[in-house]
Amino acid sequence: MLIVACIKQVPDTTQVQIDPVTNTLVREGIPFIVNPYDTHALEESLRLKDRFGCRAAAISMGPPNAEATLKKALALGVDEAILLSDRVFGGADTLATSNVLAAAIRKLSEEEEVGLVICGKQTIDGDTAQVGPGIATRLGFTQLTLIDRIEEFDPVRKKIRVRRKLEGRHEIVEAPLPAMLTVVRELNRPRYPTVPMRLASVDAEVKVWNNQVLKLDEQKIGLKGSPTWVSRIFSPEREKGEIIGEGIKDPKQTARLLVEKLLSKDLLSL
Amino acid sequence: MSPNPILFTIILVAALVFFAWSCYRRFSLITLGREENRYDNPGLRIWDMLLYAFGQKRVVQKPFGINHFVIFWAFVILLIANLEFIIHGAFPQLGLATLPASLHHFLLFAFDLVSVFTLIAITLSFARRIFSPPPYLSTQYVKARSPEAFLILAFIGILMLAYFGFHGAEIAMGETEAAPYMPVSAFVAQLMAPYPSLLATFAAVSWWVHAVVLLAFMCFLPHSKHMHILTAIPNCFFQTLGKANTQPREEFVKGNEFGVARVDQFTWKDLFDGYSCTECGRCQDACPATNTGKPLNPRQVIHAIKTNLLDNGPLMQAGGKPVVPLIGEEGEGTNTEETIWSCTTCGACLQACPVMIEQMPKIIKMRRHLVQMESRFPEELLNLFENMEQRSNPWGIAPSERTKWVSTMNVQPFEKGKTEYLFYVGCAGSFDSRAKHITVALATILNAAGVSWGILGREEGCCGDSLRRLGNEFVFDKIARENVKQFQEKGITKVITLCPHCFTTFKNDYRQYGLEIEVIHHTEFIDQLLRQGRLKLNHQVKELGNIVFHDSCYLGRHNDVFDAPRQVIETATGSAPQEMERSRENSFCCGAGGGRMWMEEFNGERINLNRVGEALTTNPDTICVSCPYCMTMFEDGLKDKQAGGVRVKDIAELVAEGLRTNP
Repeated sequence: MLIVACIKQVPDTTQVQIDPVTNTLVREGIPFIVNPYDTHALEESLRLKDRFGCRAAAISMGPPNAEATLKKALALGVDEAILLSDRVFGGADTLATSNVLAAAIRKLSEEEEVGLVICGKQTIDGDTAQVGPGIATRLGFTQLTLIDRIEEFDPVRKKIRVRRKLEGRHEIVEAPLPAMLTVVRELNRPRYPTVPMRLASVDAEVKVWNNQVLKLDEQKIGLKGSPTWVSRIFSPEREKGEIIGEGIKDPKQTARLLVEKLLSKDLLSL
Repeated sequence: MSPNPILFTIILVAALVFFAWSCYRRFSLITLGREENRYDNPGLRIWDMLLYAFGQKRVVQKPFGINHFVIFWAFVILLIANLEFIIHGAFPQLGLATLPASLHHFLLFAFDLVSVFTLIAITLSFARRIFSPPPYLSTQYVKARSPEAFLILAFIGILMLAYFGFHGAEIAMGETEAAPYMPVSAFVAQLMAPYPSLLATFAAVSWWVHAVVLLAFMCFLPHSKHMHILTAIPNCFFQTLGKANTQPREEFVKGNEFGVARVDQFTWKDLFDGYSCTECGRCQDACPATNTGKPLNPRQVIHAIKTNLLDNGPLMQAGGKPVVPLIGEEGEGTNTEETIWSCTTCGACLQACPVMIEQMPKIIKMRRHLVQMESRFPEELLNLFENMEQRSNPWGIAPSERTKWVSTMNVQPFEKGKTEYLFYVGCAGSFDSRAKHITVALATILNAAGVSWGILGREEGCCGDSLRRLGNEFVFDKIARENVKQFQEKGITKVITLCPHCFTTFKNDYRQYGLEIEVIHHTEFIDQLLRQGRLKLNHQVKELGNIVFHDSCYLGRHNDVFDAPRQVIETATGSAPQEMERSRENSFCCGAGGGRMWMEEFNGERINLNRVGEALTTNPDTICVSCPYCMTMFEDGLKDKQAGGVRVKDIAELVAEGLRTNP
């Protein structure tokens, strides 16, 4: 059984700026990282590999330099890494992206049964949380979002039981495989690559699939296949704070003022 | 005298064969270790050997060490007596008597006297172990009152008594003309005089006791901790020249193993260190981890390596696999992971060891294995490692924020030709809100002294110190290469650092990467500026009150900068700082070195609280430090101790105080 982790290379958002003219992210000179939520997806695929002997694959759609992200996945221990890269994939919104990723997973399943697709719950650049569910819909997989624990995984009886992290509560659900999970940070602690694995990943192959491989209708991918239309991106203005009280000169009074302020703004109720 | 040369020769040959075989067995295990060149610069090595081994430089730093000094030199002198004893025993026609009479008599006199001193020293050693053994003499596996220790002492004592026994009897029987030169033996002879019929028997028995104990001692040596008699002198010869303040580079190519998890992955010198340890316990007495109840005891690390080698070595020589793990569950011959992570790399053990054993570098070698081969480390370090690799600082703060402190003043970027010095601010000085005050203070000082300086700003990266001490050599290597390349491309030749960790890394570690530049810590630089009269203070700093100075390990012990900070304090305040009991090379770590800054401290007393407690005994108003890590540890410790009235100031802040015109 193959477990596929979908990962994305994203700009390090602590270092991102938005171009006020074009409304797009300024990408020059900004370091890229693996989307933090995706590192947990990757880790879970590797844990299932370790426990059940499944094979783990990582796929990513992006420009050629996204290969670095997949090399990291190889250093961590995935068996296969595939970069979906083609100019015609560019400019895609979540719908067009999920079309490409779903097609790639379908192609992988021609070789080996795909039991599970794992995605991060969202990316830190787009923040839509739509691509995972989009893949599930396109593949007809069970859709299990916001997973913080896998209670049971049974590749033989093709069954999975997971815990979903919802607001103020958990939900435990059981579903048949194949399934698609989106995962939250609490699920696991990602591993750290060993040096021998890092060195091996330097020469390990990242397969590149373009649209000649996937053969998708160009109307359904890239900019043309994207109904989303961005009118404006901007950094929200944050209200400046204020300093109240006398600080350490009168800590009791300062604390009282602070509590009053918080109560008046209704920031202390749940 | 020589009662039975034939019988003695037979016993002697058997003992020599056994001794040679034992030595061969033990020393051949050393060859399991990896290659390492410890033969360069033989002149300096011989000098160090004379100083530390024969001069017993470090042994005598503790008062009771004088006792060892006596035993050591007695041993050296009595080696002549005992060689003569053996030769004469086998070949009665040979001996000291064949030497010119004056020399012969002088030697006999010396032997007599030295033997008495030895007897006194041995008695003291016995008494110390029985009545008041210092706590550091014992570990879990080796006790102060071990039978082995007493056996060795007894051997030496008996040798002395037997020596006087047969010489006394000889004199009493009138068999020697040298009696006037042997005052102690002559005294013994007087005691025996009333029993003339027993003299011959007494002489023979004493002689045989001496012979048997001497040979037994020799045979026992290679099997005991007293093997140091054979290894300590060469160990001083093979010591690291200079200071063991860096770790060797690793070559990152496929197929290599990184770090040490099996005893044969150590170098031969690491293994030789194990044989040189006498279990004196001075390292454990100095170690901040041991002193605060952590599982690490540097002496036990060395003991574990030795025991592990003795247990696994013969198997490995025969091509087998080791059975006792070097890293694993608690047991003799094994180091636990907790032990390995407890080290602050402060170097107190290196400083304490009388025979120059290098404990700390071995711990880092084992860390290298855990991090690089197994990715096993305390979970707090995962973020640190990712942050270092991703954003080149321990907190993972955006590199663009490195220059935030600049907003308060006008700062130039470093540019070759336009600026003379690079002020390397470092991660703490750039991001830590408390340490940023030090940065501003130092910048103010540099400006006041008219120094031409610039910064790297956003292009500055972490020096990688924590990574290297934590054993993440792979990422350290990457960072070091990038920094060295940047320094070379920008034509940087003079660097001022604010943090002793950056200081030691640039000065000592980057040398391995071909970076030979002038690196100076701000305490030294300020000292120079004051001496040269380039920096003039506007007033004498009295407002900080009573000041006690804490030595940073990486500035002091690891790099020998002790006087500059004290001199600066004296110049700025008009009086020398208070000293803690443990100061200068014997300073006690703040607890943050070796990457411990980024780890939780779960066991025992917190190291910083121990040190803060010591500082508070001097009744200070201000604790003066020279390292941003020490700053954090002291400020936290003072809060814990509810000693809010005491301030912590960096040397630069203290001096900047003196620059103010309206104090």
